[in-house]
Parts: sequence; C-alpha cells; structure tokens
Amino acid sequence: MRPVAVVAFVQTEHSAEDQGIAETEMVLPVINEIKERTGLSRFGFTCSGSCDYLQGAPFAFVSALDTLGAWPPISESHVEMDGAWALYEAWVKLQIGEIDTALVYGFGKSSQGDLRAIMSQQLDPYHLAPLGVDQVSMAAMQARAYMEKAGVKEDDLRAVAARSREAGRGNPFALHLPDPAESAAEQDYDVAPLHGYDVAPVTDGAAAIVLAAGDKARELCERPAWITGIDHRTEPHSLGVRDLTRSEAARIAGEKAGATGIEVAELHAQFSHEELILREALGLGDGVTINPSGGALSANPVMAAGLIRIGEAASRIHDGTASRTLGHAASGPCLQQNLVCVLSGENNG
Amino acid sequence: MPSEAAEPNHLVAFPGGYTRSVGPVTGRFLSELRDGRMVGVRTAGGRVLVPPAECDPETGEDVTGEFVEVGPAGTVTTWSWVPRPAKEHPFDRPFAWALIRPDGADTALLHALDLGVFEPGAKPPKVLKTGMRVRPKYRAERTGTIGDIECFLPEVTMINPQAALEYRLKGGRALGRFLEGISEGRILGHRCPVCEKVIVPMKGFCTRDGVPTTEEVELPDTGTVTTFAVNNIPDPRAPEVPFVSGYVLLDGAGLTMLTLVAGIPADQVRMGMRVRAAWRPREEWDRSMANIKWFEPIDEPDVPFEEIKDYM
Repeated sequence: MRPVAVVAFVQTEHSAEDQGIAETEMVLPVINEIKERTGLSRFGFTCSGSCDYLQGAPFAFVSALDTLGAWPPISESHVEMDGAWALYEAWVKLQIGEIDTALVYGFGKSSQGDLRAIMSQQLDPYHLAPLGVDQVSMAAMQARAYMEKAGVKEDDLRAVAARSREAGRGNPFALHLPDPAESAAEQDYDVAPLHGYDVAPVTDGAAAIVLAAGDKARELCERPAWITGIDHRTEPHSLGVRDLTRSEAARIAGEKAGATGIEVAELHAQFSHEELILREALGLGDGVTINPSGGALSANPVMAAGLIRIGEAASRIHDGTASRTLGHAASGPCLQQNLVCVLSGENNG
Repeated sequence: MPSEAAEPNHLVAFPGGYTRSVGPVTGRFLSELRDGRMVGVRTAGGRVLVPPAECDPETGEDVTGEFVEVGPAGTVTTWSWVPRPAKEHPFDRPFAWALIRPDGADTALLHALDLGVFEPGAKPPKVLKTGMRVRPKYRAERTGTIGDIECFLPEVTMINPQAALEYRLKGGRALGRFLEGISEGRILGHRCPVCEKVIVPMKGFCTRDGVPTTEEVELPDTGTVTTFAVNNIPDPRAPEVPFVSGYVLLDGAGLTMLTLVAGIPADQVRMGMRVRAAWRPREEWDRSMANIKWFEPIDEPDVPFEEIKDYM
C-alpha cells in the first residue's frame, strides 16, 4: 500500500442559520485557505462530496468547481455523498501512483430547505418514500431497538449529547449549543425516544482536506497523519431486514481498516444513540477520547460532516496530541453505510 | 427542526409525479396490496422477505419465484413516536412509526401505526410497545401503492360496549313530598320522634330507630362540609374536572346530604367549610334535586372538627 497522509485540513465556522452566502461563497475561502496552507495551487486530483438536493438545483455541485480555478482543465470527480467518500476515491486514485496530491472537499447548506424532507428523497421509492417517513423517525426506531437490547436509558443518550455539546462549545468551528439540562425547548420529545438534543443540528458549512503521498506528504506537513487503513461497508437499505441494534457495516469497516490502539475517535454520530452503537461496533473502550470536536451533535454540515471527522482526527496527529486516531463517516438511514479511516503519526513509508 | 424563518421561494418538483416501473417482484407485492393482501417472497434459503426484494439481502442470490401470503397480523419489532407530525407525514396528529414483522415473514415492513387521537406534543402511549400485535387498515379505494395500507392498527384486546336502560321512577311518598318542597325552593326533613334528629331528605322513617316519621321541618339552605372527595373523572352533571363531591350537614339536620361543592378551587375545599345551596334560576325549577346546582362557600368561619366529627 502506498503511504498516503492527510497533510492539511480546513473548515468553515459552521452556522445554524443561513449566513446570506451562496454555496460557492462558502466553499471559496476554504479552498483558498488550504491552498495557502499547503502552498499548492494545483493538485493531481480533486474530488468533492455534496448533494444537489440541498441546493435544489440539478448539477449544483458543478458551480462549486468555479472556486477551484479549473483552468487549464483539472482532473476531477464528484460523489453525491459526504466528502469522506470523496476522500476515499482520492485515496484510491493516489494508490494507483500517477499523482502525489489530491484536494478533497465537501459542503452543504441545509438551512435553506427542509432537511428531513430532503433526506427522505434518498429512501426506497416503492415502500418507504411514499409513506413520508423521515430520517429522524427512523433513527428513533433504531434508538428504541438499541435501548431495549442494551438496557440504555434516555438519560444515557442525554449524557452523550451533554458531553458532545460541552466539547463543541470549546471548538471555534462548531455551533455553541447549551447543555441539554438548561435547554427548556428541548425537554420534549422530537421523535420519541429522541429529544431535540439527541438530534444533530441543522448546520451550514464546508471543509477541505489535502492528501499527499510519501515524500510529498513529509514535505508539506511536519507531522503527516498517515492513513494506515480505510474501508467502507454498506448494509441493506431496508430497515426491516437489518439488526438495528448493532452496526455490522461499521464493525467490518473498522476491522478492515485496522481500528485497534485508537486514542481519539471522531465518530459521525448524527443521533446520540448512534455514538453508543458505533463505540460497540468499533471496540472503542472507555479509554478512547470520543469526538473532542463536539462531533456532529455540535455541528453537522451535511456532506462535509464525515470529512470533518477525518480532518479532526488528523488534526490530533498534526498537533502532536495523539499518535493513532480514527475518523468515521456514515451515510443512509440508521447508519446504513459506514466509512472508517485509521490515521497514524508513525511514518510507515 | 426545519427553519420557519421565511416562506419558500424555490420549488423542485415533478409535476404529475415521477413515473417508475416496478418490475415483477415489487409489482407483485403492490398488486396484491391493491387486492387487500400482503405477500412476501421466499429466498433460496427458505426465508420470507417482506416487502419482497429481487435478491436475498444476506447472500445476494436471486430469490425464488415463490410468493407467500403473510399476515395480516404482525408484531412490532421497534417503533418511534412522532409528537408533532411534519406535513409529509401520514397523520396530522401524534402517531407512531413501526417496523412490523407480518406473521409468516422473516423480515419487517416499515409503516405508520395509528393509536388513536392525541393532543399535539403527547408522550408515547403506554400500549405502544415492542412486541405489540397489529393489523393493517386497508383503504377502501386501492391503487397499488404502499399507501393502500392506510396504517396499521393495534389488534383488538378490549371492547367498550355501551349499556343504557330506561326507567320511569316515582320515588315513593316521602321523596315525592321532599321534591315537592324542592320545586318550591324549600328543603324539607322529618324529625324522628325517638332520636329527635332531622332526617333530610326524609324517607318516612328513621333509619336509626326504625320508626315512622311524619313531623315536617323546613331547613335553611346553609350547612357545613363534613367530608369531601376530589373527582378527576368527568361527569356531564358536574362542573369541569377536578370537581368536588361532599357531605353537607344542613344547619339543623341530623344527617348529611351528598352534594357537589363548587365556586372554589378543588384544592381549597376544607372539612368544616360553611356553604350555601346555589339554586338554578327559578324558571328552571322542577321536581328534581337538580334545582340545586351545588353548594358554594359563604363567608363564615369554619366549623371546628369536634362539631362535625360524627357526621362523616
């Protein structure tokens, strides 16, 4: 395997409200900052993750290319998924060995539509979408199933939210949300058994990562975050054929990515109970620091939030506070698809 | 929660809907639904998938062509509760989503579960449980969509038969005389010749001494609450819940009367409280105790417990 590392990570100061800026205006500063940070203006490959439905326009992602300065023509690709999967594609491209650098970015502006209604468009059009069921209602069913199996109570979920929000208040890029106990409006159920604080907030934001291979990575970054394993797995779409009380996809992805000896994990849990399911699936014990950034419960810019998990995990290596970290991204209803990226400060190349 | 800040100014939609071919497997499922039946399909391994899929989710192999009727009853495997439905949801009042495994199936179907009428924001009802038994409610007009099942309903575990019998009561001579008094706005009792207590309403005999009574005594419509209960089950004859029913010892009476106590918050009613009858308007009077709506407090000091302790 060719050694490839995350050498730079940049994100917006995420917002819960429409800032009055277009997607391109949100992406441009991030691209410019990461170019400045790495000193690179051209990349061997560029890959982005976004969802046209968030913008409500076909091929909306194409306009984001304008922010790159794509002339002369660049080698480029896009996934209609979280930017974490764009990172996977870029990593594969780097493995082929033709290029040494790749720019990956993801962005989403959820504030301008009804995110729940938009996400329902990803559902099976025969049996699910016509019912009008939404992602929060389905997540609540998974929460119920997990709580009944594991003996977990609503207070345990609230503790996850409280810890995430406390961490988020210390992160300048996250939303600064109140402690669940002090948030009167969130004491009622959103969709039972989930309360408002158990559900990731609607967030606008963007993020970018630069990957580099071998010596190029060492040249661009003092302490590169080497990708020692990366894998993604999916489960069937239909909730009725899955065991919702665990995440087999996350477990296998973690196993394939070599998720052992992890010190810090950034988990893309968009609902409190998902963090508990993911910890079990990935074998992350009490000694592992989970989501020091505040996680998606503190800021969830859809289509960038998974990429941000990898970026945050890499940052812990860049700043020398950890030597082995994990970034996780999820997609689809009830943790249908899971990507695990294991990062190490140890130079394995 | 979606932002309510501004009205939408941009719409993405397929006018008239988006036409999709469904293929033979989903098509069979939807056709059977239109006929009011649910079918699954058998996998090579023998499992029955509902809704039927083209491939076994465990092995990826093609399923067999064998369709199996399942249900109609099924079991809830997990659920969520929507206290405030969104406009895309199938109900505009609180309802549940559930994964339901129809009898004879090995997988579960997602659908809405109707548990009745609840106020917006209601908490999940106690009957909503994993393992509960439910059945589909089919629409009368079906078109071959998952919505041909309007929702699922709990299996019948209880009935609530109504019973009503009609009577023509006269009530006897003593009660007749008492009601005659009431129809004139007077409260009449009988004094017992043995114990000398005034019995109101009178029965024509003393229940203590067993002797006939005839001496009529008119009592005032004031008295003292000796004991009371706070009622939380609505009654069409009573004020709104919580209402108070109590024993009132009319001044000069030797027995208490069971009446309503109102005109004061339920949590402020006291033993020993002085009250007066609240009569309906005179033009509404007839030979009925309903002429007195209830007893209301009057501005007099409470009667000490010692004086009423024998009238509970």
